[in-house]
Amino acid sequence: MADPFLIGDKMTGGYGGADILHGCTIAVERGEIAVIVGPNGAGKSTAMKAVFGMLKLREGRVRLDGEDITTLSPQARVAKGMGFVPQTHNIFGSMTVEENLEMGAFIRTDDFQDTITQVYDLFPILKQKRHQPAGELSGGQRQQVAVGRALMTQPKVLMLDEPTAGVSPIVMDELFDRIIEIARTGISILMVEQNARQALEIADKGYVLVQGANRFTDTGKALMADPEVRRSFLGG
Amino acid sequence: MSKNLKLFLGVAVLFLLTGLFISWNQALFILNFALVSAIMALGVNIQWGYAGLFNTGIMGFAALGGLSVALVATPPVREAWSAGGAGILGGLAIGVAVLAAAVALWKRMPKGRTRGLAMIALLTVGFILFRAVFDPAVEAVEAINPSVSGNLGGLGLPVLVAWPVGGLLAAAAAWAIGKTALGLRSDYLAIATLGIAEIIIAVMKNEDWLARGVKMMNLQQRPWPVPFEVELQANETFLNFAASLGFDPVTGSSILVKLVYMVMILAVLALVIWLSERALNSPWGRMMRAIRDNEDAARAMGKDVTARHLQIFILGSAVVGVAGAILTSMDGILNPGTYQPLRFTFLIWVMVIVGGSGNNWGAVLGAMLIGWLWLIVESLGPVAMSAITSGMSEGPLKAHLVDSAQHMRLLTLGVILLLVLRFSPKGLIPEK
Amino acid sequence: MDILNAFVAFLNFVFVPGLAYGAQLALGALGVTLIYGILRFSNFAHGDTMAFGTMVTILFTWWFQSIGLTAGVIPTAMLALPIGIAVTSALVLTTDRMVYRFYRRQKATPTILVIVSMGVMFVMNGIVRLIIGVDDQNFADGGKFLVSAGDFKAATGLKEGLAIKGSQAVTVITAFIVVAALFWFLQKTRTGKSMRAFSDNEDLALLSGINPDRVVQVTWIIAAALATIAGVLYGLDKSFRPFTYFQLLLPIFAAAIVGGLGSPLGAIAGGFVIAFSEVMVTYAWKKVVTYLVPESLAPDGLLQLMATDYKFAVSFAILILVLIFMPTGLFKGKSY
Repeated sequence: MADPFLIGDKMTGGYGGADILHGCTIAVERGEIAVIVGPNGAGKSTAMKAVFGMLKLREGRVRLDGEDITTLSPQARVAKGMGFVPQTHNIFGSMTVEENLEMGAFIRTDDFQDTITQVYDLFPILKQKRHQPAGELSGGQRQQVAVGRALMTQPKVLMLDEPTAGVSPIVMDELFDRIIEIARTGISILMVEQNARQALEIADKGYVLVQGANRFTDTGKALMADPEVRRSFLGG
Repeated sequence: MSKNLKLFLGVAVLFLLTGLFISWNQALFILNFALVSAIMALGVNIQWGYAGLFNTGIMGFAALGGLSVALVATPPVREAWSAGGAGILGGLAIGVAVLAAAVALWKRMPKGRTRGLAMIALLTVGFILFRAVFDPAVEAVEAINPSVSGNLGGLGLPVLVAWPVGGLLAAAAAWAIGKTALGLRSDYLAIATLGIAEIIIAVMKNEDWLARGVKMMNLQQRPWPVPFEVELQANETFLNFAASLGFDPVTGSSILVKLVYMVMILAVLALVIWLSERALNSPWGRMMRAIRDNEDAARAMGKDVTARHLQIFILGSAVVGVAGAILTSMDGILNPGTYQPLRFTFLIWVMVIVGGSGNNWGAVLGAMLIGWLWLIVESLGPVAMSAITSGMSEGPLKAHLVDSAQHMRLLTLGVILLLVLRFSPKGLIPEK
Repeated sequence: MDILNAFVAFLNFVFVPGLAYGAQLALGALGVTLIYGILRFSNFAHGDTMAFGTMVTILFTWWFQSIGLTAGVIPTAMLALPIGIAVTSALVLTTDRMVYRFYRRQKATPTILVIVSMGVMFVMNGIVRLIIGVDDQNFADGGKFLVSAGDFKAATGLKEGLAIKGSQAVTVITAFIVVAALFWFLQKTRTGKSMRAFSDNEDLALLSGINPDRVVQVTWIIAAALATIAGVLYGLDKSFRPFTYFQLLLPIFAAAIVGGLGSPLGAIAGGFVIAFSEVMVTYAWKKVVTYLVPESLAPDGLLQLMATDYKFAVSFAILILVLIFMPTGLFKGKSY
């Protein structure tokens, strides 16, 4: 069986103390959306950070496009084509929208003006506000800046840690639409979501984590249809 | 304990060697200096080691201690009091009243432009009133016999009274500064205390009516029971005793005076150690360390962190004030020009950190070791530099090198501090 | 009533000196605020870094003077300044490598870093005293006055003269150029933007591939340059004495905090706020007021709010007021 495009395989580890992840596997195919859901403290964000190299794994491997990247630093993974949007503190608040995008492209040595145009096409509001400090924007707009910043390296896979935390339902729908749009351009999306139901609706693949281990893994639709998942994790 | 005992013995050997090879007089001089510094180091250790407060104004609190000696122990200048005493006290009272009124006004009045204007009006009127009462009185006082007094003089009480008073004076200053700067970021306290220390010295240098400023003040008294050398040299019993030990009267009397001082300083030191050890191991001390190690958790448990910090800041500063008073009464002169931040603030910090912050015995050991080093390098530095440069021909370069040897100790001290911080951050005697 | 003469007296004794002093403080505070923004600690060694840079510049100034290399009306020190900056940069980079880097890797608390900077301060202070001694050093040359009081009186026919010292003109012009260059660098260049990004959000900057070591190195070099320039300008305007430079720490910190620690714009504003307050509070206003009021009301006293010896008290008082009422400063710094 061919490996998925990006896979965190049987990951075990934590932040130095007790293990948080116990043999947890997360994967995403090219151009698809994978969503990690689960109760609070299930290790969702931790699993995502593990894939991105922000904590040391005791066991398990991470492979990107067949290449073992387990020992690479997060910065090196960015260079390999991974983009990461942290849950909080994910913009440079004192810098303008455009400067945020430029900083996103910091490792690029070629001309990235095209990519900026693409981001503005995706999020037209950002073009309007491009000379405003990002910290002065609304919550939803700030998330757009954060996603736009991560897109500047032209990643092959984009990882989002609870992108809709703290935004209104309307803004959330809008954001999900954009995420689908990004996936259609061939970029894989791996995201952690608190709003499980809406997220699974757009997911090609869903992972339900409980206590740092995989509980259910299936397509988004199948998980939504599974009565046990519905009862335990989607509130009926 | 055996390792700690060895460390103290090692330092004791340093002092013994100084006595044997240089002179006992010199060894005792350094010892007394180191012991007073040890008291200051204990005060700093209470603040830093127990509560993590970073105070860079040690010099100011020590100077207040010194000032208290002049204010308590010198005889009052009656003429000056009648000429301007009332005016000066009245002026100061007006100043305090205006400040108190300003604080009350700020708290009572609703926010807004009226409050701002009222505040400005109050401060302006208050300032003019203060200067109108204060200035002529100061002028009158400073005009009286300026070559020997020109100040109000003191209370004419025994010097020993000045020691606790020095502590009180320093405590009062610590209260004022702690009220404003505590509870803010830790480096702000450092900057604020650095500033207040400079201002205290500026006041002592310029307010001649207070303690003659840079004209300095000689103290005619010594703390009971310290004798004067000249008295000893006229005393038959002492002369015989000195002769039987093989000392000439001048050296012998000087040594005896230093020994008496040493016993007194040791008594104060022992008292401070005993009290702070008791405090450290009491519920209060445990709470303090809990606050230091996790302020947020302590606050969440309902501890009033800022109030506790204020308490410990005042206590530590008071200890420094007492030490400052002892130092000045030992010197026999109050000279504001001698208060240098490197010597009074940063040297004490090096002592605490080298010795081991959070440990009282560490602070004492650090003070003994660094105090010894500081003074021995001062006296041996030029000698050593002369020896090193003896092969050089006479000239400006050689003169410069010999002159600058005394600055070597700043460099040495800085390097020691950096090395200890890096390789042994807990110090020689770590916290238990 | 003689408004014109009063105005000239004000310019001559308050505005011009305040402007020059403010520019010097602003440059010093910029260095402190940059270090704070990037390395996240209050650098107590900054005053002594200024002293060191000035000392190196003075030594080369003397050498240039001895071989006859001067620049006409511009002080020779300005020729030696680049060398001073280079040597000081080398010193602070070495210090960073040998001292600060270790604590950065350890993620030490700001207080520990402050204590460490105190140790560095000792060492730098010792080096400066060892090499040049503790005494006053005068190294100003070039044009003494841009405008002399006598010429001004002759040209305008006013009773009051306006004197602008060469050192004051050099200070203001240099400071203006340096500040403009610094802001251009921070706003327009890739490295400058990466520094702002690092100061704003360190984790995200790392995630974006910004090299922290490079940011830190560039910051130290800029801080060393700013410190040396500030120190040399101050020394030209007044005189060089190592201890004075240590004491400048207080007004410089006050300026940086008043402006908002971490904010370059704030540091400049803060520098001028502190400088003008200091000059205005310690200036004897008798002369200005005498021109303004009828003769019968002329003041007897000096109309001096505070003796010059208390100038530190002014910066201190402003510092305390800001800490109490506006802890983040005029330009919302990082401090709270």
